[in-house]
Amino acid sequence: MSMRSTIAAALSLLVTSAACARAAPPVERAEIAHDHQSFEDIERGRYLATLADCTACHTEPGGKPYAGGRAIETPFGNLLAPNITPDIETGIGSWADDDFVNALQIGRSHGGTRLYPAMPYPYYTKMAREDILAIRAYLDALEPVYHPVHSNQLPFPFDIRASMIGWNWLFFTPGRFEPAAGKSDEWNRGAYLVQGPGHCGACHTEKNFLGGDKNSEALQGGTLQGWFSPNVTGNPRQGLGSWSVDDVVAYLKTGQNRIGAATGPMAEVISDSTSHLTDADLKAIAVYLKDQPSPPAPTTAMAADDPAMKAGQAIYKDQCAACHRDDGTGVPRIFPAMKGNPDVQSANPTTLIRVVLHGTQNVATPYAPTGAAMPSFFWKLTDMQVASVLTYVRNSWGNVAPAVSARDVSSGRAQQLSQGVP
Amino acid sequence: MTQKLPATDVVIIGLGWTGAILAEALTRAGLNVVAIERGPWRDTATDFPTTYAQDELRYHIRHDLFLRPAQETMTFRNNAGQTALPMRTWGSFMPPNGVGGGGVHWNAETWRFLPTDFQLRSHLTQRYGAKFLPADMTIQDWGVTYDDLEPYYDRFEYLCGTSGKAGNIKGVKQDGGNPYEGARSREYPTPPQTQPYGPSLFADAARSMGYKPFPQPSGNLSQAYTNWLGVTLAPCTYCGFCEWFGCGNYSKASPQTTLLPVLVRRPNFEARTECEVAQINLDRSRKRATGVTYVDIDGRSWEQPADLVLLCAFQLFNVHLLLHSGIGTPYDPQTGEGVIGRNYSYQVTSSVTAFFDDKNFNPFISSGAIGMCIDDYNGDNFDHGPLGFVGGGYMGGVQTNGRPILTTSTPKGTPNWGPAWKKAVKENYLSTYQFVTHGSCYSYRDAFLDLDPTYTDRLGRKLLRITFDFHDNELKMSRYITDRLADIVEKLEPRTMEKNPRTGPYNSTVYQTTHTCGGAIMGSDPKTSALNRYLQSWDVPNLFVTGATAFPQNAGYNPTNTVCALAFWAADAIVNQYLKSPGPLVQA
Repeated sequence: MSMRSTIAAALSLLVTSAACARAAPPVERAEIAHDHQSFEDIERGRYLATLADCTACHTEPGGKPYAGGRAIETPFGNLLAPNITPDIETGIGSWADDDFVNALQIGRSHGGTRLYPAMPYPYYTKMAREDILAIRAYLDALEPVYHPVHSNQLPFPFDIRASMIGWNWLFFTPGRFEPAAGKSDEWNRGAYLVQGPGHCGACHTEKNFLGGDKNSEALQGGTLQGWFSPNVTGNPRQGLGSWSVDDVVAYLKTGQNRIGAATGPMAEVISDSTSHLTDADLKAIAVYLKDQPSPPAPTTAMAADDPAMKAGQAIYKDQCAACHRDDGTGVPRIFPAMKGNPDVQSANPTTLIRVVLHGTQNVATPYAPTGAAMPSFFWKLTDMQVASVLTYVRNSWGNVAPAVSARDVSSGRAQQLSQGVP
Repeated sequence: MTQKLPATDVVIIGLGWTGAILAEALTRAGLNVVAIERGPWRDTATDFPTTYAQDELRYHIRHDLFLRPAQETMTFRNNAGQTALPMRTWGSFMPPNGVGGGGVHWNAETWRFLPTDFQLRSHLTQRYGAKFLPADMTIQDWGVTYDDLEPYYDRFEYLCGTSGKAGNIKGVKQDGGNPYEGARSREYPTPPQTQPYGPSLFADAARSMGYKPFPQPSGNLSQAYTNWLGVTLAPCTYCGFCEWFGCGNYSKASPQTTLLPVLVRRPNFEARTECEVAQINLDRSRKRATGVTYVDIDGRSWEQPADLVLLCAFQLFNVHLLLHSGIGTPYDPQTGEGVIGRNYSYQVTSSVTAFFDDKNFNPFISSGAIGMCIDDYNGDNFDHGPLGFVGGGYMGGVQTNGRPILTTSTPKGTPNWGPAWKKAVKENYLSTYQFVTHGSCYSYRDAFLDLDPTYTDRLGRKLLRITFDFHDNELKMSRYITDRLADIVEKLEPRTMEKNPRTGPYNSTVYQTTHTCGGAIMGSDPKTSALNRYLQSWDVPNLFVTGATAFPQNAGYNPTNTVCALAFWAADAIVNQYLKSPGPLVQA
């Protein structure tokens, strides 16, 4: 499964009208030549490349690190992530430092080609030049891999890169991160990591129909590839409000905490990226995220005697309670709790439906290596039964969330069948 | 045409409990380890998920997790005067297959043997005199003591998270535990499982007669547990699908739930599944193993050279590979000489079935190793002087399952089918209880393993031949301890009670237990043992053999804890002694 593509391309119609409306900002020029042999830079770059999770897209499963070729699904078609090893012919070995900086800060590649925002330059634009050059220094220290990749697999008209002029005009605000006044250094460090290299919003912010971020709903959750990336604001029910900073740190570090376990696209983010970060950075991310606003969640649970709730309770006892326990508390480090779990109470039940129908596996990390899995109930429960049991877990033990309908489940099932899952 | 592969440090034959234990220890020591497993890769969610793991027809009746006899089997006869015939379906024991081996489908009883079990011949001779033992009984001391193994029992129990109550911590007796057990260094990692009604009744009755009942040590966990490798197991749900089944809830200790998650992350570990080792290769001196030859699922033959060969397959297949590869001297029952195939033994089980009118046992609330037991009639915990036999077993009310197809005890005289049978099953399902004994089986000159002269397997190898029957000593023992069990059951005032002591001849078609033992036993003399006290082959020092294969005879307990303690013991010897100076660890 291709993970974490970010977003998408734009309609070519926009190109002509918007082409000249706004010029690209001037590129910052390096004051002094960059030292590509500095150990400190290379090591810092390795950390930043991990933080920015470059490998998620630029390494093909089973392929050489950073040699590209991985298909990035977008709603408009597939893109193949390019080779970013220092190979002169097929990688970025011939790029000047400024080319590399431009790619991350303004979405313009070597020779000025426009990148699609599947490359998350709308986030990387926040990154400081010296951080970007550190990543470059690290990439330059890799073994060059000859691996030609034809990135653009999009159908017409999205394959016209000039269309990105219009998209950028509409949705891209270039510019470096500015610390917020009145906030702590830790909060600002978290803000930089989340908004910039971490590009959390790429998944956790809902997109408009052209693949641009809905900025008014930043980090309140987004759908991608049949998953709902949860709300990661301070919302006490749907977001991280009920988690302590330590809970968030544990989740990002180990894939598990006292409530939940990471699965789906986030599993790969944790194993490739966040589990390798320093505790200080994880803490900064947690502090910043928990301080982000979100509209209030519903507060009234469904009545326990509702027919769907009663049916759901019976199904839960029969099919779910062995692992998730009668009281919904799960088993820490192995089976996620249902009680108080933000994922269970998310506004959008896409992930829940997918997990029940298809099953899923917790991320395995050195700290919790089992990677326990939930089996598929696709063949075992009807749409109505899945809807009832999800409605039950979303409205029991103090949980509150909208009911799930059989129609929701039915469309989830259809989507999975169309994707060849399970 | 066999293709030769690049050499590795260690090749492991069979990735069950002991293969995984050794792989973990040796990859941690920095060696490159290749494990070759005849069966498929198996993992909880993909192979026995909770959505269908509890399928008695598939797993129990149709043997889904076990080796297919068409792939490999053995021939059987009761004595050397008979012609052995191939086992074409499994009966008295169930050879495992696939990653996790028997660790996937065991009941998870996690017993330690008694200190005297390891010095059996010396102890019995000293207490009763040499003439007390039957002349053809070939029991031996193990070459290791309980005290040697205690830290390794501890290591396995803390790997599994075993649920139990200690009866003896550093020599101090503990209330509620087994008063006869050897001293353990600390309490069990988790408290005992909650006992259902049947075991509780048994315990009350036993206590009223002056016995000291205690909870059976269980690898189905009473609570969540994270082991010393950082792997977490979940609490048991008492579903009663343990033996013959994989656990879908991550609650039964198995290689999958304790070791493999860590092992598969190590870059110096590799598993090749659905690959069957055809033989262990020796150099010209025949004193050194050069690796193994195996056949993959497409029938291609590969040679895997290695510096160290670890034979970790199921007990019978270990002996088969040794005989087929020409390692060590085959045992000759005529002369009593030779060691490969010597001292094959088994286990002697029995039961008392009690039918009640006024009790509801809810037999489906169960776990493979739940139960209350007494150990007063095990090993040499009681005076055998007046009894005319040696050995014994634990006994108790253990509630392993109430599965729908085979939990159909009916009183004697009930027809075997039809409306009267159905009525009797319905009337007795909830109110019948089968109390059990689990007894020792000592070794004899005429019970052995060799290669069959007639039948061959799909690779053209001679099948392993089992020659085995129960002896009077074991049948006497079973009668005696079954009677003692019945004395306790009688206190519960059942409507009727049936005693089922083990009787001869040994019947290979009726399931009893998979605890086959011996055939390449450990000891201190190469004339009477195949392996030294570190499980190292006397003949080929870069070969170690794990499993119940090494038991000189079997004690009155389930073997897994001892099998795995020996594997940890051997692992330490390899890492701390052998790797520093490869060669024999004991001079013969």
